[in-house]
Amino acid sequence: MSRDAGRLSLILLFTPFALWIALLIILPQLGIGYVSIREKVGINQYEYGFKNYVDFITEPVYRNTLLRTAWMSILVTALALIIGFPIAWYIAKIARERSRAALFLMCLIPLWVSDLVRAYGWIVLLRETGVISMTLVKWGIISQPIEMLYNDMTVIIGLVYTVILFMIVPLVSTLQGMDDALLEAGYNLGGSRVTVFRRIIVPYAMPGIVAGCIITFMLTAGSYLTPILLGGKNSSWFTEQIYNQFITRYNWESGSAFGVSLLVFTSFVVWAGLRLTGQSLATTVAKE
Amino acid sequence: MHDLSCTDLTKRFGTFTAVSDVSLDIPSGSFFSILGPSGCGKTTLMRMIAGFENPSAGDIRIKGESVLALPPNKRNVKMVFQHLALFPMMTVGENIAYGLRCRKEPKHEIGPKVARVLERVGLPGNEDKKIDQLSGGQKQRIAIARCMVLEPDVLLLDEPLGALDLKLREHMKIELKQLQHQFETTFLYITHDQSEALVMSDNVAVMNAGRFEQIGAPKDLYDAPASGFVAGFVGDATVLEGKLGEVRGSQGRVVLEGGQEVVGSVSDSSTTGDTVEVFLRPEALRLGDGEPGCRLGGTVDSLLFNGASSRILVRTGRHLIEVADPEQRSGVSEGSTVNVCWSADRARIFARRPDGGAIV
Repeated sequence: MSRDAGRLSLILLFTPFALWIALLIILPQLGIGYVSIREKVGINQYEYGFKNYVDFITEPVYRNTLLRTAWMSILVTALALIIGFPIAWYIAKIARERSRAALFLMCLIPLWVSDLVRAYGWIVLLRETGVISMTLVKWGIISQPIEMLYNDMTVIIGLVYTVILFMIVPLVSTLQGMDDALLEAGYNLGGSRVTVFRRIIVPYAMPGIVAGCIITFMLTAGSYLTPILLGGKNSSWFTEQIYNQFITRYNWESGSAFGVSLLVFTSFVVWAGLRLTGQSLATTVAKE
Repeated sequence: MHDLSCTDLTKRFGTFTAVSDVSLDIPSGSFFSILGPSGCGKTTLMRMIAGFENPSAGDIRIKGESVLALPPNKRNVKMVFQHLALFPMMTVGENIAYGLRCRKEPKHEIGPKVARVLERVGLPGNEDKKIDQLSGGQKQRIAIARCMVLEPDVLLLDEPLGALDLKLREHMKIELKQLQHQFETTFLYITHDQSEALVMSDNVAVMNAGRFEQIGAPKDLYDAPASGFVAGFVGDATVLEGKLGEVRGSQGRVVLEGGQEVVGSVSDSSTTGDTVEVFLRPEALRLGDGEPGCRLGGTVDSLLFNGASSRILVRTGRHLIEVADPEQRSGVSEGSTVNVCWSADRARIFARRPDGGAIV
């Protein structure tokens, strides 16, 4: 009787999650995968094969855009880690109990504003007639207004700003679990600051670092608004190619093939990253 | 030659003085304990010796050299932390090798050294085990091995037995003492547990409110405490409060609150008219008629069986007196009327402690 009740509640609790995964993740992906191996040969006439993928690989523009997107995403991830780690360290280890919540909240505030508004915020600051350019002219530091938008640097800054929170949160939660005595033991046994950082702090924080890197990398590689708005036509972000295929060219087959390629490629990068750092997804997700 | 000496060591945090004018000299190869209630400053003292806190005044010397200017990683004192602080992401072998690698010892020497120290702590061949695969007692030994492999001048131990369960704690007490003999290193042990300090140490310093009350061998502390605090903190004692009357030689007559008079030896500078406390050790008491002044009548309140350390609680007035009754040989029953007696030199009289001897 009670076992049946327990079972029922398990099913009821699990159903929304299962539905969400099945209807909104698995089913659309299967659909995309199906569309991607289809080729239109006439009205309502289709052939099946990997021609869309062959087109993708043989066309250097597409290939290079994907590689460029991956490189820039790795760079953004690395920058987010380098900038985020000290912030996370401060929140987890140095800040007092009371200010910790406030600091965390401050990291969260940018998320209350939509992606679009945040990107326009950067535009207001960085464009030729924007706040920074005009202020510099006014102070006489530069003679003419300069355009600071539409280059790679701006795209990277904007992306780091957007994703850094997702780096800080997992880092803070792992670092908070670290007993300060570990650091003292590290010094006591003769370690210098560098040794303690390299041999104790980093290995301890590794699950958080990996989790943060995976999230940031995936978010960056799949982002659309920030690179398009801040990078303009030159941004050559891969999601823009997907958009073009679907919306501009109305070539769903090719767009689907691009989408699948992006997923496969980014998953490969994550896998390679895990292998390189000797971590597994299991230790990252399930913290001991 | 002293492995560790502290001179007039003081540590102030703002207006609060955590450690005040502490001096100690620890002879080479001895087991020295600092015993005190929590908050007495003993951890601060240890952290100053390890270099994690800077003293406000005073000097710390290791093997005769002042170490005040040295950062923690340059001092040859190693520390076993309260929760051991073994590195969870490293194996047992890596934990032990950590210090050797920090010292940049040649690689081919590290392996054998690790193996040797593991053998000495009785865990040979466990290099590749993960820390969470070890039992509490094994973790303890690894934490000690990790320090001892570096051959420190002094090993600091900060209540390392606190987290263990009772049975294992009893066992580790003996084992720690044996390890200390085996390594012949100076151990400085910090604890609030008087039985740990008494069992293991060559010398014990009893610390209270940032100061040392008494330094001595465990037996001296137990038999000849220098203050009411030491008498109350080291070992069990029944405390009777009263007013000191006539003092003759070292013998004093105390009028208890209930009006009874008892005789004991005045052990500090208390004089006639002072409010004092009389300390009676359970094993100094027995049932029977003693000389006048060395006995109190009462009724048996309860019998506490605990093998060789069984007790009888005797109620007299508002006091409960603890009388030793090994293996309950006396055969009294609850509710019966008895007399408790002692010899006058084993009842110690000290000035009343400011906090009334509250157990912290």
